[in-house]
Amino acid sequence: MREVDLIIIGAGPAGMSAAGRAAECGLSVVILDEQPVAGGQIYRDVDRASALRGDILGKDFTEGQKLTQRLDHKNITHLKGAVVWQIEDGPRVSYTHAGQGGTVCAKRLLLATGALERPMPIPGWTLPGVMTAGAAQILLKQSGIACKGAVLVGSGPLLYLIGSQMVRAGVPPLALVETQTRHDFIGSLRHLGGALRGWRYLLKGAAMLWHLRRARVPRYVAASSLAIEGKEAAQAVAFTSKGKSRRIACETVLLHHGVVPNTQTARSIDIPHQWDEEQACFVPQCDEWGRTPKTDVFIAGDGAGIGGAKAAALAGEIAALDIACDLGQLTSADRDAAARPLRARLINERAARPFIDSAYPPYAAALAPQDATIVCRCEEVTAGDIRRMAGLGCTGPNQTKAFGRAGMGPCQGRYCGLTVTRLLADANGVSPDETGHYRIRPPIKPVTLGEIAAMTPQETKADSK
Amino acid sequence: MKPASSFRELTPAPESALADVRFGTRAVRLPLGENLAAALLLAGIMPFRLTPVSGAPRGPFCMMGACFDCLVEIDGVTRQACMLTVTEDMAIDMPAAGKGDGDA
Ligand SMILES: Cc1cc2nc3c(=O)[nH]c(=O)nc-3n(C[C@H](O)[C@H](O)[C@H](O)COP(=O)(O)OP(=O)(O)OC[C@H]3O[C@@H](n4cnc5c(N)ncnc54)[C@H](O)[C@@H]3O)c2cc1C
Ligand code: FES
Repeated sequence: MREVDLIIIGAGPAGMSAAGRAAECGLSVVILDEQPVAGGQIYRDVDRASALRGDILGKDFTEGQKLTQRLDHKNITHLKGAVVWQIEDGPRVSYTHAGQGGTVCAKRLLLATGALERPMPIPGWTLPGVMTAGAAQILLKQSGIACKGAVLVGSGPLLYLIGSQMVRAGVPPLALVETQTRHDFIGSLRHLGGALRGWRYLLKGAAMLWHLRRARVPRYVAASSLAIEGKEAAQAVAFTSKGKSRRIACETVLLHHGVVPNTQTARSIDIPHQWDEEQACFVPQCDEWGRTPKTDVFIAGDGAGIGGAKAAALAGEIAALDIACDLGQLTSADRDAAARPLRARLINERAARPFIDSAYPPYAAALAPQDATIVCRCEEVTAGDIRRMAGLGCTGPNQTKAFGRAGMGPCQGRYCGLTVTRLLADANGVSPDETGHYRIRPPIKPVTLGEIAAMTPQETKADSK
Repeated sequence: MKPASSFRELTPAPESALADVRFGTRAVRLPLGENLAAALLLAGIMPFRLTPVSGAPRGPFCMMGACFDCLVEIDGVTRQACMLTVTEDMAIDMPAAGKGDGDA
């Protein structure tokens, strides 16, 4: 079996910058990502897409090439398209790569698995033609495909970003339907001080909105009673805005109301998580270096709490410094000196976050959906089913799984976990922390028996970049 | 005739870069090496599957390997279309209702 100093799961900004810094410190690194190329969610396929459509995607995107270049180092092996399905003590990581199972062992493990879109269960959200806004971005970045006749629904700057990219691509959205209210905006003003320190983000947000306005994309704010209509596929978005009921016929609906940490890998090895009230999600427990209570496992980037791409890259470097120190490549004085400027930048990066979080809160009706709305997409379990289970004495998500299969499907609760926790917490009158989350057990991604059978027990074929 | 698609390719792939692929009983030509879910969407294929519980139609939702709504069957194995690329002579089927739980 291959043995290295550091295994990194995830080749997004956090994983790439951690790999770069660790390699520069003299550590041997294996970085695994299930995507065929480096970049993560924000810089998806950045090396190819920058040349083809950098003008549409913008400079914030093409900048990601600086990070992918860092992987070009003799100490780094990048296993492209490696799907991690099991982590064990060691740390030891099992994955499938090119149809074959493999295992790699290391002294330290860094989880940099990023974020997922916050689930947005509203009536009709399972219909074909309904996707996440992030999915539309991936189609644009990776494949140069734009959605026609699309309505953007939800809240947050990512909606403006995808909207303005669609305008530049010549396929503007039919409308922007936003759920945040004036009240949210006024409430967010108490964080204005921080926001002004992160003024670049405010300026960018304003520029994107202006771009959408100039392209005459209709914008509806404080939308409520959202529902997607259609039988075999999405046909229209219905909602109420400013006291008026509206219905916009469309082919595609793109949902977004924020992203949340993808905690699947961390949970599979029982790293404790806490509820973060500001971001309304669970975050794993780790210290200022990203070290978890399992002391040979670190977490960096959006997987440790949402901070955006720049913050993720900084956190990756900081974690790499502590790991290099752990393994005797840096003195603690050198580590601290190198980390100081990074931390100062991190504070600036995070400054606008409380403002953004409170100005663009999640759509409340999707956090506690109506009874008839499906919350578990895989097993088609509704919010009403979960509430009934609470009435029967279910206190935690693992019980609802046993009772009604919620979270038992192939997505393993990735798109229902937070909703189920919230519904149970509300119904039982206890906190999300007390309610807990699904227990995640390997395989965290599907693996076939054939792939396991093809595993070479002693050696992993780690073909390099 | 090509079914209507809700998606538009910014720079269409040249004829020479297309692969012959079968989806159910339909023959489609998809860009070789392209992400399979993206290529099927572009070709106007929808739905990708029917749910095992109620038989409801589904298609790609996240495009990042997390939701499993893009499941298709290739060589008898249920796989995520958004995590695959188009290869020559791919034969794709819709996971039968009552199946489609991944191959875990
Ligand atoms: C769909 C989507 C689109 C986004 N677009 C933008 C944007 O345009 N602008 C912006 O500012 N922010 C965007 N965000 C927010 C974004 O998450 C962060 O800004 C940034 O990408 C976080 O970087 P990261 O390194 O923490 O994680 P990511 O960039 O998410 O990278 C994590 C990587 O881990 C890999 N991974 C996860 N699980 C496994 C596994 N089991 N096996 C192998 N590999 C695995 C993934 O393939 C991924 O490449 C987006 C988020 C999502 C979910
Ligand atoms: S579209 Fe979500 S897993 Fe493929």
